Amino acid sequence: MSIAKEFTKGLWEIIPPFRLVLGLCPTLAVTTSAENGMGMGLATTFVLVCSNLLVSLLRKIIPSKVRIAAYVVIIASFVVIVELMMQAYTFPLYQALGIFIPLIVVNCIILGRAEAFAGKNGPVASIADGLGVGLGFTISLAVLGAFREILGSGTLWGQGLFWEGFEPFTFMVRAPGAFVALGLFLAAINLISAKLEDRKRRAQS
Amino acid sequence: MSFGDYMLFIVSAILVNNILLAKFLGNCPFLGVSKRMDTATGMSMAVIFVMVMAGMITWLVQYYILVPLNIEYLQTIAFILVIAALVQLVEIVMAKSLPALYRALGIFLPLITTNCAVLGVAIININEEYDFVDTLVFSLASALGYSLALILFAGIRERFMLIKMPKAFQGTSIGLVVAGFLALAFSGFAGLVGGH
Repeated sequence: MSIAKEFTKGLWEIIPPFRLVLGLCPTLAVTTSAENGMGMGLATTFVLVCSNLLVSLLRKIIPSKVRIAAYVVIIASFVVIVELMMQAYTFPLYQALGIFIPLIVVNCIILGRAEAFAGKNGPVASIADGLGVGLGFTISLAVLGAFREILGSGTLWGQGLFWEGFEPFTFMVRAPGAFVALGLFLAAINLISAKLEDRKRRAQS
Repeated sequence: MSFGDYMLFIVSAILVNNILLAKFLGNCPFLGVSKRMDTATGMSMAVIFVMVMAGMITWLVQYYILVPLNIEYLQTIAFILVIAALVQLVEIVMAKSLPALYRALGIFLPLITTNCAVLGVAIININEEYDFVDTLVFSLASALGYSLALILFAGIRERFMLIKMPKAFQGTSIGLVVAGFLALAFSGFAGLVGGH
């Protein structure tokens, strides 16, 4: 597979968290607004790209028996870097995301990519894979965040969208709304991919 | 804290601020193992066990190693290593001394390392500046809340086999929507603990 293909597969084929149903906790917790969703996505992307690169470079040195432990240490180191950087430069976002920044360590997407891809492929392909999957995750979170923000608070990126006296559907920004919104998104993605496959099959016959 | 305070604290952690449905921690295994009741119960037991142990040990690590050495910024790395080592240790000890329990929990133990509820509770314990007893109570109550939500959800999900539903909703999608309604039901307890 070419480098471009490694990159683009993360954007649709295995786009997390819709196709690759991993990393649900941050997805559900921080998507109360588009901005938070995107911030979380970018922080995750940074960790994912760096850890993919390092895992790929060290893949011949790490003994396979302790590889998971080694991956966890690599990921945790980058998470600490992100945590300290966000504390220094984007403090409001750091506060909004709260406990979910240190919890990037246990985001299964990152460990999953290290195990499934970076541990077996070269550094350039691993960076492409990390960027693709990370950006896919960022886009998903931003879109989901925008959906919930528009419905739940009637704003987008903090800007009011509707007329005065508009009563927002606050259910959507609260905890139960997160589950329902993600469930509906998954259903929509299933529906779209079923339609696309159907069309492909018909075009072939 | 008095006894009454503790009761309130426990009820709040189990029902009102349920770790799964209100704080969104540990959702991957929640959706992963909830298709059958027996796997859900096995996972619940493993979570209760590991969460309480991890809560206590990470508290000790924080206040007796990280704080005296002034390296609190290594908290994340230290905690995840402690949890990973703990899970491994529990697995080895259990296989030797409690083979029956090991067979029941066996496959769920390794999964717990990446269950963010365990690390999440450990970090909350420190962020909220709980003392050792609070940490113990909070970890246990959170784990019980996790189990309650997981087992209830598995009970609902087992019945999905009996109904016809649109193809697009099958699997995880309907699971999430149902989890949303479960979360809605739990949010009904919000009035129990004042002012939250």
